[in-house]
Amino acid sequence: MENEMTCKELVELVTDYLEGTLLEDVHVQFENHLSGCDGCTSYMEQMRQTILLTGKVREENLTPIQRDDLLRLFRDWKKA
Amino acid sequence: MEAQLDELTLLSLLRQRDETAFTQLVEQYHSSLVRLATIYVQDTRIAEEVAQETWLAVLHGLDLFEGRSSLKTWIFTILANKAKTRGGRETRTISYADWEDRPAVSPDRFNDSSAEKWPDHWARGSAPASWDEIPEDLLLSQETLNIIREAIDQLPESQRSVIALHDMEELSAQEICNILEISETNQRVLLHRARSRVRQALEDYLQPEH
Repeated sequence: MENEMTCKELVELVTDYLEGTLLEDVHVQFENHLSGCDGCTSYMEQMRQTILLTGKVREENLTPIQRDDLLRLFRDWKKA
Repeated sequence: MEAQLDELTLLSLLRQRDETAFTQLVEQYHSSLVRLATIYVQDTRIAEEVAQETWLAVLHGLDLFEGRSSLKTWIFTILANKAKTRGGRETRTISYADWEDRPAVSPDRFNDSSAEKWPDHWARGSAPASWDEIPEDLLLSQETLNIIREAIDQLPESQRSVIALHDMEELSAQEICNILEISETNQRVLLHRARSRVRQALEDYLQPEH
């Protein structure tokens, strides 16, 4: 069918889908495709897990020098 | 570790010049602030200075902060403004590398567009496989999180800042657009490219056979 979404198209629309910004008919095509495609279902699941795991990544801890500098800045402000 | 204080408590403690509240805030955000500053000022030492100036501005501005945005967003906005001024440009031009039209998934994992059967669908043996069977210990291990961090570090700078602000700091799309001065559409494109590359790095690590 003309209007069927391909897997190659779907993987480019995942963020738009998750953010809810797809046009209604594209949104429907997206879900229709997902319901019949194991590969894309896994892909979608992997993207969700990627987002979840990224949320668990923490930036590097402060170095002792950084911490000292910032505490000095705080104490100077407190005194002023 | 002590329980993390919520923003309102932090704010009222800070206004009473409480040092532990300040320590918690800098532990939470300082590294992210330095990272964001580096997209405007290339030198990491200058980025560090800009982040320090931001903290000073936060402390001096505490009594003026009206809580119309979250404390976090307020801090990141101050940082972005200072970094822009310091970097000598009002709006950042997003680099070519950020827009490079790299597909989310390598094209050789799909059937040819002209294939008779299932054009542009996953090629045999190339479809992603579920991560459900992967033990949670591995999925949530420090090693896995390091893979993500390395993948993020390798992204072009605008993609890196969008994914860090959206998926790590969990700021809203609207807040990110204001801070980076980009449109919502551009924000989503950058976010999508960034996430797609991180997913690929994770797949390479978790399922090397793919």
